[in-house]
Amino acid sequence: MSGQHYLPLTDPVRQEMLASVGAASIEDLFLDIPSSIQLTRELDLPPYLSEPEALAHLRHLAAKNVNLEDYTCFLGAGAYDHYIPSAVRHLTHRSEFYTAYTPYQAEISQGILQAIFEYQTLICQLTGMDVANASLYDGASALAEGAVMACGATGKKNVLVSRGINPQYRQVLKSYLEVRGLELSEVPLAAGGQTDLDEALSRIEQDPETAALLLQTPNFLGIIEKPGHLADTLQQHGTLLVVSVDPLSLPLLKTPGEYGADIATGEGQALGNPLSMGGPYLGFLAARENLLRRLPGRIVGETRDASGRRGYVLTLQAREQHIRRERATSNICSNQALNALTAAVYMALMGPEGMKTVAEQCLQKAAYAREQICALPGYELIFPGVHFKEFAVSVPGNPEQLNEFLLQHGIIGPLDLEQTYPDLPRSALFCVTEKRSKTEIDTLARLLEGWK
Amino acid sequence: MNAAFPLLFEKGRPGRKGFSLPPCDVPLKPLEELLPRECLRKSHLDLPQLSEPDVVRHYTALSRRNYGVDSGFYPLGSCTMKYNPKINEDVAALAGFASIHPLQGDPTYQGALELLYKMEQCLKEITGMERYSFQTVAGAHGELTGLLMILAYHRSRGEERNRVLIPDSAHGTNPATVAMTGCEVLQLPSNDRGLVDTETLKAHLDEKTAALMLTNPNTLGLFEKDILEISRLVHEAGGLLYYDGANLNAIMGHCRPGDMGFDVVHLNLHKTFSTPHGSGGPGSGPLGGTTQLEPYLPYPVVAKDEDRYSLDYQRPRSIGKVHSFFGNFGVVVKAYTYIRIMGARGLKQASDDAVLNANYLLNRLKDLYHLPYKGPCKHEFVLSARLQKKRGAGAGDIAKALLDYGIHPPTVYFPLIVEEALMVEPTETESKETLDHFIAALKEIAAAIEADPGKITGAPFSTPARRLDEVLAARKPVVRWKKEQ
Repeated sequence: MSGQHYLPLTDPVRQEMLASVGAASIEDLFLDIPSSIQLTRELDLPPYLSEPEALAHLRHLAAKNVNLEDYTCFLGAGAYDHYIPSAVRHLTHRSEFYTAYTPYQAEISQGILQAIFEYQTLICQLTGMDVANASLYDGASALAEGAVMACGATGKKNVLVSRGINPQYRQVLKSYLEVRGLELSEVPLAAGGQTDLDEALSRIEQDPETAALLLQTPNFLGIIEKPGHLADTLQQHGTLLVVSVDPLSLPLLKTPGEYGADIATGEGQALGNPLSMGGPYLGFLAARENLLRRLPGRIVGETRDASGRRGYVLTLQAREQHIRRERATSNICSNQALNALTAAVYMALMGPEGMKTVAEQCLQKAAYAREQICALPGYELIFPGVHFKEFAVSVPGNPEQLNEFLLQHGIIGPLDLEQTYPDLPRSALFCVTEKRSKTEIDTLARLLEGWK
Repeated sequence: MNAAFPLLFEKGRPGRKGFSLPPCDVPLKPLEELLPRECLRKSHLDLPQLSEPDVVRHYTALSRRNYGVDSGFYPLGSCTMKYNPKINEDVAALAGFASIHPLQGDPTYQGALELLYKMEQCLKEITGMERYSFQTVAGAHGELTGLLMILAYHRSRGEERNRVLIPDSAHGTNPATVAMTGCEVLQLPSNDRGLVDTETLKAHLDEKTAALMLTNPNTLGLFEKDILEISRLVHEAGGLLYYDGANLNAIMGHCRPGDMGFDVVHLNLHKTFSTPHGSGGPGSGPLGGTTQLEPYLPYPVVAKDEDRYSLDYQRPRSIGKVHSFFGNFGVVVKAYTYIRIMGARGLKQASDDAVLNANYLLNRLKDLYHLPYKGPCKHEFVLSARLQKKRGAGAGDIAKALLDYGIHPPTVYFPLIVEEALMVEPTETESKETLDHFIAALKEIAAAIEADPGKITGAPFSTPARRLDEVLAARKPVVRWKKEQ
């Protein structure tokens, strides 16, 4: 039988233990299962594999995937190919971290508790917000939880959502909000690709029941939103500003704290987490101080131990499901703690200069790529707004075919935008991170030029 | 006072760097040409400045102040803290899994889709469901999505049902989930044997009943032996049965939720299928449904057409999406590896050993601590420290005392229906010697409480930190470091 190397009991010991509990056989311990549903056959699963066989099987499956170590990636759209320093995996794979449960027993969990406290601080420093939680599932659920928080805090039910928000996030928002009787309505984009904030404001003026305005910046189409003094105006109407931000844009861009957002959320994958076909990632959520007790999920707080030494515990647990049950601020239990640790280790290694370097290189390389591509006949920049690392381009043909062509040349090409924005036919969203070199960008431009 | 374990922020020194990146090789443009002033960050990015060795020492020191399954026994009830095989980590880190972009397209990750498809076939067989989605990344995420499916199903039949029944022994996530869907929670009192009482259930069922959420075996570690009757009653009333898979580790290869009559099932790959808990995540909570319910699963699902695999978005009755992409794929890779290594007989043996270990402990501990619900149990059981509490040291104190033995304590004060609860789940990956050490420790602690409870209420003594003041933390919350401190 396979799997026995994970099972320390041997047959003689099993017999001894059965005797000690007064059972003649193991079946005696399963007599409470009605006989009509007791399986009388073995489960029909593929034959077991030894460790080397399993490794070979999984390697075989892995080899069927085009991976970003072998291919050059110009695809983003919510998941980003940034460089991950070697030390990140070594540290997060210390087994004391990754084989632990949620740190309920603080005295033997000071390591992860301090690391999460530091993570919360790093997220606050990056976003310019006052407080942060210990992580949520991903960028989409973080925005949804932020919207729910805003409705709870304002006692209002309507949520305005920019059409510039990641379409996947908008679908998750729908799943989370509509069932609770919260209403979503969409704010269109202006010609520059940024959210039509005048339209948003006039809707808020007409509807005093507006709990929150949701923006993403840079938005899904790559355009940086300019909220200006929007937050002040929203405040006069009792409406909260909830944003979703790219953490690696924040070393350069005005922070949610600076433009007065009430809740800042985002996808933290870019902070040291591998792409892994979409997960595990982490959602971060930060807020103003006055919303601390409305935060969903785990929060780590500082305290003292019996000797008076500084220490850390899970705190404000009266918000949470295991204490508050149906009156909890969210049902979240398991979050993405190890991914939050990863993000913290990444930020600790990069420091302010490394983070700024990454942001500047994304900005410069994306600008260079934009210039090269949009100088080509048939390729045109769709939105004139301010860009960070992504930009939408109309292409001279079917983007899906373009991507097949690029793939043959070792490139994972841009996102076909038409599928989620039907009003943008023959359009593609390119992403350029700090990992792309001038040579790779020039190669891309040359291929695009030659594509028929 | 803080010098022993300084924070990252206290260790930073101006000018230190922990990164190495090539210089920017494209022609540079002036920043103001690319970003107008109004878009620029004004405040200084005040992250700590550390070298790579500083960072490595910092986190290595922190890891030594942490305790995982690799450190020792972790009988945390309802959490299934089994050993996390090392090969799982190696496999998930293969470039063909770790370095694939979620949107790069079906033809470019046929191996990943094949893995998801194969995993789905395994989970279908283990649980008796018709189809699975991997989009839900945790148990609670599965519960929420499962309830959305159930509500959509009722609405499709023109019925507005908004009441969800939950036994009083249920996990806190169950009622919290129900509240997130705007439904009403109706709590079912357990009977004197710790089980759902069919008469009580009958009295609570009506045309408003959307579902009964059940963990089986339940959080007391007891199999709901009337499950077929329960299923019949709920379905006759027009409701559906939701299976919280937290405790599946007890019954693999013995019986299946589908055969019990459950309509929607979530599993916890981070419990039953050996993926690490990561200090609180990432998990993975695949969601399965019967033929009737699977059309409501989140889209996309994995489809197979001859030898080609694809993500199927054409799911008109789907409840939509609950995750940015397709869930915690990297975790699914680990769980699939585990299932392939265990095989059918290995999984059944795992359940057998988990149940045997639990019964062995129950039998040896029931004379030391009060056992409110008689065994035999399945994979876990609940003791009450009410007698010890009367002497001056309760479940929480016993938990802290166990830390001094190098043992992670059981779950305490849960389930709520047991006074001074100690919920013990040993799992199958522990030896008899480990169990005997645990029994000896609990015996000494019980004796110490008899003699002088003060010795126990002061515990722990040998841990990286002494007992921490949770009340202080909540009264004056300090949830981040600040420079002016």
